[in-house]
Amino acid sequence: MSDPNAALMRLKRRLERLERPKGRGAGLFSLGDNLDVRLGGGLAYGALHEVCAAKTGDHATASGFALMLALKAAGEKPILWVREDKGERLNGHLYGPGLAELGADPDRFILVCAPDTLSALRAGADIVGTMGLGAVVIEPAGAAQALDLTASRKLVLAAERTGIAAFILRGDASRFASAASTRWQVAAAPSVPLSGDAPGHTALTLDLVRHRGGIVPFSTLLEWDRDQQLFREPETLSRAVLPPAERGQMAA
Amino acid sequence: MRIVAVDESAEALGIAPGMTLADARAMVPDLLSLPHDPAANARLLEEVADDCDRYTPMVALDSPDGLLLDITGCIHFWEDENDLVSDLAARLATHGFTLKLALAETPDKARALARHGGEQLSVRRGVPPGQVNEERSPYQPALPVAALDLGAEKTTALHRAGLYTLHDLATRPSAPLAARFGMEAVTKLARVLGQEDVRITPRRVPPPLFFTQRFAEPVARTPYILSVLETLAEDAQHALRERHEGGRQFRASLFRSDGAVHRLAIETGAPTRDPALIMRLFNERIDALADPLDPGFGYDTIRLDVAVTEPLGALQAGLEGDVDVGQSLAGLADRLATRLGRQRVRRFASGNSHIPECAGFTLPADAPPLPFPKDAPDPGEPPLRPLHMFDPPQRIEVIAEVPDGPPRTFRWRRETHIVITHEGPERIAAEWWRKKRGHEPGEAGLTRDYFRVEDRDGRRYWLFRHGLYGAEKPNPDWYVHGLFA
Repeated sequence: MSDPNAALMRLKRRLERLERPKGRGAGLFSLGDNLDVRLGGGLAYGALHEVCAAKTGDHATASGFALMLALKAAGEKPILWVREDKGERLNGHLYGPGLAELGADPDRFILVCAPDTLSALRAGADIVGTMGLGAVVIEPAGAAQALDLTASRKLVLAAERTGIAAFILRGDASRFASAASTRWQVAAAPSVPLSGDAPGHTALTLDLVRHRGGIVPFSTLLEWDRDQQLFREPETLSRAVLPPAERGQMAA
Repeated sequence: MRIVAVDESAEALGIAPGMTLADARAMVPDLLSLPHDPAANARLLEEVADDCDRYTPMVALDSPDGLLLDITGCIHFWEDENDLVSDLAARLATHGFTLKLALAETPDKARALARHGGEQLSVRRGVPPGQVNEERSPYQPALPVAALDLGAEKTTALHRAGLYTLHDLATRPSAPLAARFGMEAVTKLARVLGQEDVRITPRRVPPPLFFTQRFAEPVARTPYILSVLETLAEDAQHALRERHEGGRQFRASLFRSDGAVHRLAIETGAPTRDPALIMRLFNERIDALADPLDPGFGYDTIRLDVAVTEPLGALQAGLEGDVDVGQSLAGLADRLATRLGRQRVRRFASGNSHIPECAGFTLPADAPPLPFPKDAPDPGEPPLRPLHMFDPPQRIEVIAEVPDGPPRTFRWRRETHIVITHEGPERIAAEWWRKKRGHEPGEAGLTRDYFRVEDRDGRRYWLFRHGLYGAEKPNPDWYVHGLFA
């Protein structure tokens, strides 16, 4: 009988070999202290992350969250966004000045409009398999049943090879399995109003529904800080509540 | 109803074009007649012209029933011009066409010979310009003056003057001719006699470079066809390298032995001469075809055109084997554009306008860029423009406290939204200077009052009232123009 420890080591080595090789994408991108702490450092490059709108009406917010994640992941590299004709009709076009208002540089984006879900996924797979890009957002219309375990697994494998951060933006997909590393459910949240009762900074309710790394699902309410490009806790007392008279004094 | 065209057997029975159908029926009771369809004739002529592309890229239509081929420099696959013409004659005759063919040194002369030269399916050869001399007579004496195509009136006038053939005209001084029948007659005479050469205007722009492969036996297997295309692409690479150019547009023409022509075109975002890249795009194009390539009985000629070229210097590969982001992005955009269509790969563009839909829009990725201003938005401000925009804006029903005030509730997509916070109006006036009478009061177009609103669920909308209440419109409509993140 051999030493049980040696047998264990052998098994471990075999498992290591079976485990997928570490691609170029090993590494995490930061999302701001709040989320980084909870996610154990951030989200992974070279992986697939799913962003689902909680309800149909939350699509724009989910889209904004996907954009923010892509911005954090891409750095200075180009970002590609694959959309579908049906989604364009339902949710409207992406609007360049609006992207700029969230802190993105619209000139770094390339939009791909696919006629149907399958060609959107094909184009997405092509992009994910290309070296040197920053991030890709693949947005099939609705919940996109065609994006099943096999399809998402293909995207994951391609992303591991190239190290690109890939994001799926879809409707409520809680019924469908997926090979993605994380799944987020996003809903709009009431913003902290600015002076004069104006709608404030983009606020979102984030639910981490699933994490392959074993992070326990959590739910949080966050605000996007466009100027520093990170997520932060909404300030309950916004700095803009000073009465106009005092503001005048401060300016003087 | 009149007869437009007849076949040989009808002609033998004495039926001629221009006769009424009733007269013809009286002569031949069991006459078979078909309605005249000029559009179908034109289509057929186009198809024949497509097929003739295999001989030369310079094919022009001579409607309604003629084709002009400029075969200058295209005869290296044949023994001589006559060989090419007999090949053409044999090919078209197998499709059941009755032909009048002529070969001459200028297009007008060939045309006159074919149309007025006499017997059918005849192959005539003009005299090469260098050998023309007075003794051998530089013109075809048998050609009637009608070959000048001067119109019925002038032709009759020429006949009245006793001039029946081109010989009669050519042996006379041209000044009286011009005085009597116009300069046109003299020019046309010179052209038909081959003294003046006017090039044809081809129906397709001839490519700067083209490479042809002909087969003794038709080929039908797609992998083989692709390998032939690759060989041609390599030829193109050498030729382009010598010219210090790269191709932006490549076209493959597959000539089927039964006359059908399949054309595949690809475009690249940057000039290239890399056969591997060209072949990858052609593979994409073939994959994207709604119907797969149908070789039928096989293709007997394959041609690769480099339709658009641009300067491209020699390339130096990077020493470290780095991935060039720009290049890999350009290659990716080309692949996607080839598969999905050029219009579907887009980038954002900014317009110099304060009308929201003109300030930001999208253009095809290979169009000249219209970059966004690089100044960051004011720090601390919330987003003032929506992430998603509806174009056209979507109509909503709005309840406001006062007609020119902010919205209280609105109804969009069968749901009522209660506005909790709002900001506005941001007033955007119409661009009166773009309208013809925009400077006059009431003609500028409707002003829009934009509101940023947030409803009870925290969803943020961009709404506008179209028209100033009372001043521009008694009861302005409301629209939702965009959605904030």
